[in-house]
Amino acid sequence: MDEIIRIENLTHTYSAGTPFEHCAVDGMDLSIYRGEFLGIIGHTGSGKSTLIQHLNGLLKPTKGRVLLGGEDIWADPKKIRSVRFRVGLVFQYPEYQLFEETVYRDIAFGPTNMGLSGEEIDRRVRDAARFAGVSEQMLEKSPFALSGGQKRRVAIAGVIAMEPEVLVLDEPTAGLDPRGREELLSNISAYHKERGNTVVLVSHSMEEIARNVDRIVVLSDSRVLLSGTPHEVFAQGDTLTRAGLDVPEVTRIAMSLRERGLAVDAGVYTVRELSDALLALRKGGGVC
Amino acid sequence: MSTMLKTENIAFFYPAREGEEARLALNGVTLAIERGSFVVVLGHNGSGKSTLAKTFNAVLLPTGGTVYVDGMDTADEQLLLEIRRRVGMVFQNPDNQIVANVVEEDVAFAPENLGVPTEEIRRRVDDALAAVGMAKYVRHAPHLLSGGQKQRIAIAGVLAMQPDCIVLDEATAMLDPIGRREVLAAIETLHRDKGITVILITHHMNEAEHADRVLVLNDGKLAMDGTPREVFSRADELGAIGLAVPDTVALLRALREGGLDVATDAVTVEACSEEIARALAH
Repeated sequence: MDEIIRIENLTHTYSAGTPFEHCAVDGMDLSIYRGEFLGIIGHTGSGKSTLIQHLNGLLKPTKGRVLLGGEDIWADPKKIRSVRFRVGLVFQYPEYQLFEETVYRDIAFGPTNMGLSGEEIDRRVRDAARFAGVSEQMLEKSPFALSGGQKRRVAIAGVIAMEPEVLVLDEPTAGLDPRGREELLSNISAYHKERGNTVVLVSHSMEEIARNVDRIVVLSDSRVLLSGTPHEVFAQGDTLTRAGLDVPEVTRIAMSLRERGLAVDAGVYTVRELSDALLALRKGGGVC
Repeated sequence: MSTMLKTENIAFFYPAREGEEARLALNGVTLAIERGSFVVVLGHNGSGKSTLAKTFNAVLLPTGGTVYVDGMDTADEQLLLEIRRRVGMVFQNPDNQIVANVVEEDVAFAPENLGVPTEEIRRRVDDALAAVGMAKYVRHAPHLLSGGQKQRIAIAGVLAMQPDCIVLDEATAMLDPIGRREVLAAIETLHRDKGITVILITHHMNEAEHADRVLVLNDGKLAMDGTPREVFSRADELGAIGLAVPDTVALLRALREGGLDVATDAVTVEACSEEIARALAH
């Protein structure tokens, strides 16, 4: 697979040389592949926010390198701006960052700064609005007249409008209700399918990550603890629990059933998979 | 059991604002909450659950109908302080409800305002922090704590008023799984050991598993009212109003549809796996 981002031996220390010195990322190696949908999970303080701020050069490594398309993004610090157009970062609670008079102008802010033509900006604003689920009628409204969930979609559209090669979303569904979460995730999935661009989703909801991504990276104590398909990662339920992470509810039921002596796979994470497995067990009479 | 809180046919009307139409957030809600119960209120955004919560200690007064706290009408301004002392509220954002620079001062804020004597305040602050597992942090700076710790400080601040009832309005929505577990554990302890009435507003369905009673709001009306088992057995109705049952119930239903003879009302992981093991052994 073709690497789009490669993190080599990345270390980041905050407030170095003071009593508050804190190493948030410690000698991390990680590859992100072109076109993949990657989930990053880790509890608060595991280093995930520090990591993703290195992906577009908002933070500079204390040690180690970040390669984008094979080139060190800090090789020429003057070019760091172009990295921010290629790797789009949507922060937590991005709805607090809206500022323009209309939704349209807010979404257009990024592409305008890229120096694109008016026609191209217009195409991108409309495309991005569609991906993020922002309706045409909303475009001429003030962003401050929208609901929290709508504002968040506008903020996401603003990043998508830069058409980044890598879209990174930090906890995009935090604070939304189940319906809002589901809708936003299906928008992001549709964007990934249609565009084929790399998407990195940071979350602490295991269920959310499990259902959507191709690969999961689990961070713990400033390092990569596990990496693999959702199935491979959830099969390590005990390791996840020890790292203070939630395991999807379905996986916990499977773990509990195994303890009762039932031969079910430990890595299952959807209701469908587990119910099929259990019904097959009954037919096969696989109870000991 | 006596009644802690009672609403009689309450309505709440948000007038039209720029960009928003006028909205009836509550439309005829009548309910009574028993003293010492643990009630979870579920509903999607816009269902009226936060509006309802805010009427419980007179942060909002209903546009129509009446709310009684321990028999006191929340519309009676003379009773406002006493009502707020008895029913404490914890909100969603941990950063918006801490006022002091030191944890103990923050927790002491309410009893100081109530004119409680100093030694008594000391005792209440220490008790409250111990009850939420934050005794070690007495002299810490709140802004350096995690979200879950901040929420527990906020709960301690409410506890220091020695309330009869605590209302938590999506108090875990902004927390990570560890923070959420810490806060829920603290709430369960208060309920169990101190007999405090807990009203937990949430959209995390699995937070309902330990409740005595689940209320489901939809379109400003009470759509369901029952034990977690009763409410989650109505999966189709929940789905129709945009709420999903916990995966435990979803799994049991799938198994039942597949012809396995299981009861579909086990909500916790333990109960669910026990039920499956039982059915498969037959």
